[in-house]
Amino acid sequence: MSVPHALLALLSEGPKYGLRLQNEFQSRTGEVWPLNVGQVYTTLQRLERDGLVETDDGESERSRKRYRITSEGNRELADWLRTPPELIPPPRDELVIKVLVALQIPEIDIHEILQVHRRHVIEIMQRYTQVKAAASEEDVAVALVADAELFRLEAIVRWLDTADVRLKQRPALARAREADMPIETTDPMEVSQ
Amino acid sequence: MTSALELRQVSKVYGSGPTEVHALSDVDLSVERGELVAIMGPSGSGKSTLLTIAGSLEEATSGQVLVDGVDLASISRSDRARMRRRSIGYVFQDFNLLAGLTAVENVTLPLELDGIGAKAARATGLEAMEQLDIADHADRYADELSGGERQRVAITRAIVGERGLLLADEPTGALDSVNGESVMRLLRAATRRGVAGVVVTHEAQLASWADRVVFLRDGHVVDQTVAPPGPESLLAAR
Repeated sequence: MSVPHALLALLSEGPKYGLRLQNEFQSRTGEVWPLNVGQVYTTLQRLERDGLVETDDGESERSRKRYRITSEGNRELADWLRTPPELIPPPRDELVIKVLVALQIPEIDIHEILQVHRRHVIEIMQRYTQVKAAASEEDVAVALVADAELFRLEAIVRWLDTADVRLKQRPALARAREADMPIETTDPMEVSQ
Repeated sequence: MTSALELRQVSKVYGSGPTEVHALSDVDLSVERGELVAIMGPSGSGKSTLLTIAGSLEEATSGQVLVDGVDLASISRSDRARMRRRSIGYVFQDFNLLAGLTAVENVTLPLELDGIGAKAARATGLEAMEQLDIADHADRYADELSGGERQRVAITRAIVGERGLLLADEPTGALDSVNGESVMRLLRAATRRGVAGVVVTHEAQLASWADRVVFLRDGHVVDQTVAPPGPESLLAAR
């Protein structure tokens, strides 16, 4: 989450004080991302240094400063909104590594491992759904924030489901292991690194 | 307290000998009034079989099925049929509404089949439709409604009258995610009014509307979620 850009977006509506920015940030992101007032002022300070926001002259007390977006700030905001986020996953997905490692350990029931993670992810999904259920249906911000997390988590469940089916359809793997034959899979560490 | 639905060591075997298929093996499951339970599992895990047995649409090979404390095997066929009409509501993937009837006529059909007069049935039907906020559509024909509206009518039909058990098999069907979510909201709302709900789904997002998710695999219950802590715990975690 880019706090500086979120603050720029709020300032693009008109000049505001730090405290109001904090309140608006929290309410518009569905209260899912708490932001303390210290973070708000540190971020505003940096934005001011970079010429993206400015304050009224002569006010030194931070809580009495009113911030305004500059034309450079508006340009930065417009660019940021159109820049695709980093979608390439971190090179080592912990869950993928765990599953690949589990595959190499004969006494481990891989389906049980997959189920442990599936349950855990779905329990987190239940909590995000509760956030949505508790909010009014008109509260679009809450729904959008919860949806983003839910779709991300759902993708993990779908990966686990697919892994389950793939592994079930590969009895040859288990047979090879029982017979202590070399298994033709890529070394998990090679894949993940 | 008597559970709205209780399955005790329920097994279902199709065929015999070499073609024998164990669709369900020793399944135990209790669902209370006010609770929404989702059943998840891959294709062929036995989820739909579990639902049809719970709804008395099919008989278990062994084990007991109790609806409101009544063992379905201990009552006559006609009593079972009456129980299906009066106590159990079904919601199917393709809605199963009768196109030639209006929304409210579809809703009141199970009541009228049960011998309730048309006038009283309509009043009860309209009241249920109001609860689910679709009374405006009461006199429109089923085939004039959108997919989302049809499923709301189907859910109303499933809870109208004194039904204490609501069974739904992939109830969001081909609806888009937002309409699918509305269906889950309705099912959840229905259970909050005291109905016990069981939803079969393979979609994690839909299952996450349930109070409890039960996982089936090869006919066995392999796992279930624990009651989720409140949403505020998400904030504390960060």
